[in-house]
Amino acid sequence: MIKRLATCTTALALIAGAPTLALADIDVKLGVLNDRSGVYADIAGEGSVIAARMAVEDFDAAGKGLNVEVISADHQNKPDVGSNIVRQWLDQEGVTAIVDVPTSSVALAVAQIVADANKIFLASGPGSTALTREQCAPTTIHWTYDTAALANGTGKAVTDAGGKKWFFLTADYAFGHSLEENTTKVVEANGGEVVGSVNVPFPATDFSSFLLQAQGSGADVIGLANAGGDTINAIKQAAEFGVTQAGQKLAGLLIFINDVHALGPQTAQGLQLTSAFYWDTDDATRAWTERFEKERGAKPSMITAGVYSSVLHYLAAVEATGSTDGDKVAAWMKANPFEDALLGKGYVRGDGRGIHDMYLYEVKSPDESTGEWDLFKKISTIPGEEAFLPMLPECDFTKS
Amino acid sequence: MGQLFLGLINGSFYAVLSLGLAVIFGLLNIINFAHGALYMMGAFIGWMLLNYAGIGYWPALILSPLIVGGFGILLERTMLSRLYHLDHLYGLLLTFGLALIIQGLFRNYYGISGMSYQIPAALSGGQNLGFMFLPNYRAWVVLASVVVCFGTWFMIERTRLGAYLRAATENPVLVGAFGINVPLMITLTYGFGVALAAFAGVLAAPIYSVNPNMGADLIIVVFAVVVIGGMGSIMGAILTGFGLGLVEGLARVFYPEGSAVVIFVIMAIVLMIKPEGLFGRAV
Repeated sequence: MIKRLATCTTALALIAGAPTLALADIDVKLGVLNDRSGVYADIAGEGSVIAARMAVEDFDAAGKGLNVEVISADHQNKPDVGSNIVRQWLDQEGVTAIVDVPTSSVALAVAQIVADANKIFLASGPGSTALTREQCAPTTIHWTYDTAALANGTGKAVTDAGGKKWFFLTADYAFGHSLEENTTKVVEANGGEVVGSVNVPFPATDFSSFLLQAQGSGADVIGLANAGGDTINAIKQAAEFGVTQAGQKLAGLLIFINDVHALGPQTAQGLQLTSAFYWDTDDATRAWTERFEKERGAKPSMITAGVYSSVLHYLAAVEATGSTDGDKVAAWMKANPFEDALLGKGYVRGDGRGIHDMYLYEVKSPDESTGEWDLFKKISTIPGEEAFLPMLPECDFTKS
Repeated sequence: MGQLFLGLINGSFYAVLSLGLAVIFGLLNIINFAHGALYMMGAFIGWMLLNYAGIGYWPALILSPLIVGGFGILLERTMLSRLYHLDHLYGLLLTFGLALIIQGLFRNYYGISGMSYQIPAALSGGQNLGFMFLPNYRAWVVLASVVVCFGTWFMIERTRLGAYLRAATENPVLVGAFGINVPLMITLTYGFGVALAAFAGVLAAPIYSVNPNMGADLIIVVFAVVVIGGMGSIMGAILTGFGLGLVEGLARVFYPEGSAVVIFVIMAIVLMIKPEGLFGRAV
């Protein structure tokens, strides 16, 4: 009897644990590459590393036979620095996926190297649409947002609200140009026009003379095609120069919660912004945020949330395919939808574009805000299919 | 016209910062790479005074330079004073390292997005000058910087104390023989130069985001200003500071993409034609 029971148990264990046993000893190494000391260090930085670790923990990677290690480095927002680190990680340290990489110029450099090495690039931080269009690669998974989604959110909302004439302050690198281009298309498609723009060296502290040019342009809306510290300084100085009192509206095209926190609701109130994630959405996001905040001491940005979400889906792919081979993992990630506590339901398109809902938020006034981080109220939901650009046929890697 | 005026405002930050550097280099022969970090500290201490002690902008404008100046004196006494007999390079390396440590500490505790510091009520709002909207606060920045710059120049070039200082750098042994405490004077000079940086930091706090990198972004430009003006030349630092602010302002209108490099282009040209700087003495 005992012998038979033991046989049954063994058989059961074999059936239940079959995939686990088959996948034992898969080494996964996640390389989180981002800005850890410069303008984007608060929106990504160590927060992304913590989020990646939380994903590994929540996935129960160890229990599923994946031996996961998370390492990190600072790319200093320089494409050459980023490329060198990634080459070393892939060639010598056995990294299986590059994670995050804000700053589009660095991300574009990294994407090609990762594709050549047949590993996976989980791009949560960068915004340029070129990652899934002009420079699309089979192993690039562009997760959280892109400049087209921002344009379709904030750009469309502001144009619809009557802001027809636009002037852009554009950060002079890949991301800023991509954001300006996408927003221009949305503005023009909605009956608006662009009356001028100025390329601001990145990063910049003083925006006064650019704001003065914008004031003199006769535009209704000053579009800020920049991010992080640049956006904070531009908004702060716009308030100082009485831009909004004079009747012009500011449209911050990429604003993170950390930026609004740094500005304070007094200065930032009424700004509209597009985001994939806000910590105070439901019980699940609040619970996750509480865990995150214990380690980080600040609330998570949408980039951080995207890192968590993308790593979960990646680990699921590695578990299912039993491999860290870039093509195999990418194919699985594209064939299977994802669902998690932070970004909700979504899927990855053939070109690597992650499709999920985006949200239009408005910054609360000091009277509405009940706490230091109680900053956004939701205006509308932008369904994933509308938020992102349609796929280019030549970038559909599931066909080839 | 408006753009020129804005250039002048930026120039006043360059002037106050490069003045501090020029004073320290001229009188101590130390290339103070920690200047940017101390400028950032000035802004942060202004913010801390407001948020932890409820002390507003005006007292902070005096207190913060005093506190940071005191910190500078501590640095000079415990570390820098050991390097005077060595090559410039040692001072540069030490202050560069100190800058990284100070910035790293602030980054660790306060993050990079920075803190918000409101413009004091008495200076909020602005005037419409016809050709531009001039915020009252920016007008105050220019005024305060001009007063501080020329006050410093007058003290060093035109008073007895300044004469002692200049003499002490030429020949410390001889000046000491006249009964003047040279090491104390040097220490106080470093403290004063550092206090100038902190003063600029408090001036900048309401305009720029108060963040740990604010000094690192500025220090390279300020060094270029000092080099163009002539290392150690007080008047050179002041005039070049304002002048380059203007040039940068013009570049932002006519070729914005190049506005970040225009100062360095000028530096290269000046170094080729007049290596001692526009106002420097040939060595």
